[in-house]
Amino acid sequence: MTRFVLNRIAQAAFAVWVVVTLVFVLIHATGNPIAVLAPETMSVHDRAALAASLGLDRPVLVQYGLYIAGVLHGDLGLSYYSGQPAMQLILERVPVTAELVVLAIGIATVFGLPFGVFAALWPDSLLDRVLRGVSVLGSSIPTFFLGILLIFAFSVSFNVLPASGAGSIDHYIMPAFTLAFFRIALFTRLTRVSLLDTLSLNYVRTARAKGLSEPVVVVKHALRTAMLPLVTVFGLQFGQLFAGAVITETIFALPGMNRLALESLYRLDYPVVLSYVIVVAVMFAAINLIVDLLYGVIDPRVAHAG
Amino acid sequence: MRARLPWISILILLALVLIAILAPLISPHDPEEQSLLMRLNPPGWVNGGDWSYPLGTDGLGRDVLSNIIYGLRVSLLVGFVAVAISVALGGVTGLIAGYRSGGWLDTIAMRLVDIQLSLPAVLIALAVLALSGRGLWKVIAVIGVVGWAQYARLVRSSVLSESRQDYIVAAMLAGASPARIVFRHLLPNVLGPLLAQISVDIPRAVELEASLSFLGLGVAVTTPSLGLRVSQGYQYLFSGAWWPSVLPGAALVVLVLAENLIGDWVRDALDPRARGRRRTVTKKAPGLVGRGATA
Repeated sequence: MTRFVLNRIAQAAFAVWVVVTLVFVLIHATGNPIAVLAPETMSVHDRAALAASLGLDRPVLVQYGLYIAGVLHGDLGLSYYSGQPAMQLILERVPVTAELVVLAIGIATVFGLPFGVFAALWPDSLLDRVLRGVSVLGSSIPTFFLGILLIFAFSVSFNVLPASGAGSIDHYIMPAFTLAFFRIALFTRLTRVSLLDTLSLNYVRTARAKGLSEPVVVVKHALRTAMLPLVTVFGLQFGQLFAGAVITETIFALPGMNRLALESLYRLDYPVVLSYVIVVAVMFAAINLIVDLLYGVIDPRVAHAG
Repeated sequence: MRARLPWISILILLALVLIAILAPLISPHDPEEQSLLMRLNPPGWVNGGDWSYPLGTDGLGRDVLSNIIYGLRVSLLVGFVAVAISVALGGVTGLIAGYRSGGWLDTIAMRLVDIQLSLPAVLIALAVLALSGRGLWKVIAVIGVVGWAQYARLVRSSVLSESRQDYIVAAMLAGASPARIVFRHLLPNVLGPLLAQISVDIPRAVELEASLSFLGLGVAVTTPSLGLRVSQGYQYLFSGAWWPSVLPGAALVVLVLAENLIGDWVRDALDPRARGRRRTVTKKAPGLVGRGATA
């Protein structure tokens, strides 16, 4: 078990390093931030001073070394734009995104899980077919368009929910639902497939033969086993959503970390972009790690194999 | 049980492809043509509408219908070309990695696949496009490259399981060259799952382009992309002009929906792993967590 854990941690650290390095290379391969930051009227001398103050005049390898050292200390310098510590700017925005993601996963689970159970209990029934249709539709509406349709319906036409901003829970309803919609479909489909597989296993037949009532068989016996593969997908979706909420945050003008990252990309504010990428990469690696470990705990065969 | 052919979806997709091909002949206006006197004209059937602009005009006085017609061109082009790039890159890597499994190339390729699949595609695409600037062919290239990992993994695992079969061993013993074994014997057997993955990926690529363009990081502002037109029309939504954003978006949904329904059928028909309802959820559920999350 210890070897399994250490192995996974090493893999996660390696993934983070690759991402961090890749971003550094990308940034240095394209664009010069001084050209964007300095006003056109700035003299050559002042430009050089600005570059020096930001450390942009040093050899690339030195910059890379300083950068890696900074990453290890959680220090990525000051934002070119606002002058505040970059990492702090991103971390300040994390709670908004976290709130959105937790709400979205909650909505997706509350709807998706029972939908999937019902669909599995009565396969090919009308309910099953309706749910399947809705689920295809759910994966065919791009997030940005769903958001716009919701805004048009609830903010413009009926004027019951705010279209943008943050502050009250009202501001989170539409964004969370927008983000959850595709996941409701996904969770429904996965729960259905997994539960159908489990229901055809021998031990379920035994439970039925013992004379247990159908709800007890499904909920207490089958669902528990059927949940195993779902843990992975739920966990991975959590990570996907954290970094995948860019579009939702943009449409609804939610001040989350993804929107800040996008704005920083537009104005070539590299320290902020880097901080964001590192936060996301670490979070992703951590979630993958937790999912892997959880899997090892739930299903001991995985731990022994790894 | 093999599901019936999704005729309606196929007909819709064919119609959309035909419309895209014939765009210069059937579109009533030049999609770029602006007319400031005709700004935000409602669609023909709405009060105050004008049938010379059947679906109305946008905030710059451009014909919405013509932009949808040309936008379909962009969407279909992106879908097919980007996925072709993914298949070429991932397929070749997967074939070689699977054929020489355990070698250094295999190890490196599969590590890269792991890293790539652990990051949301939209994030990688955003970062690259933000730094390299926008443009239709850049978007296609980025979407194509970002999608390679799925194919590398899929082809590699198919090759691995196939190459243990007796007929491959027989071919080797008969003295067939590696190239002959790969292309004559392995490739045809990998084709089923490959087609299944392609049919699922095309709508995803279309959606990704629309999303990137919506964020302003996709095609150039003058290119008639459906996603871009939705974002340009969005600001007029609040004054009640819904057509410049809702109609291009609806066209996009119809296209993606038709492609998804066909994709579902192809997957059921060709991919043995997905056949019937005995489909098991694999640990990493590769097809479900990859490019799909363009949230």
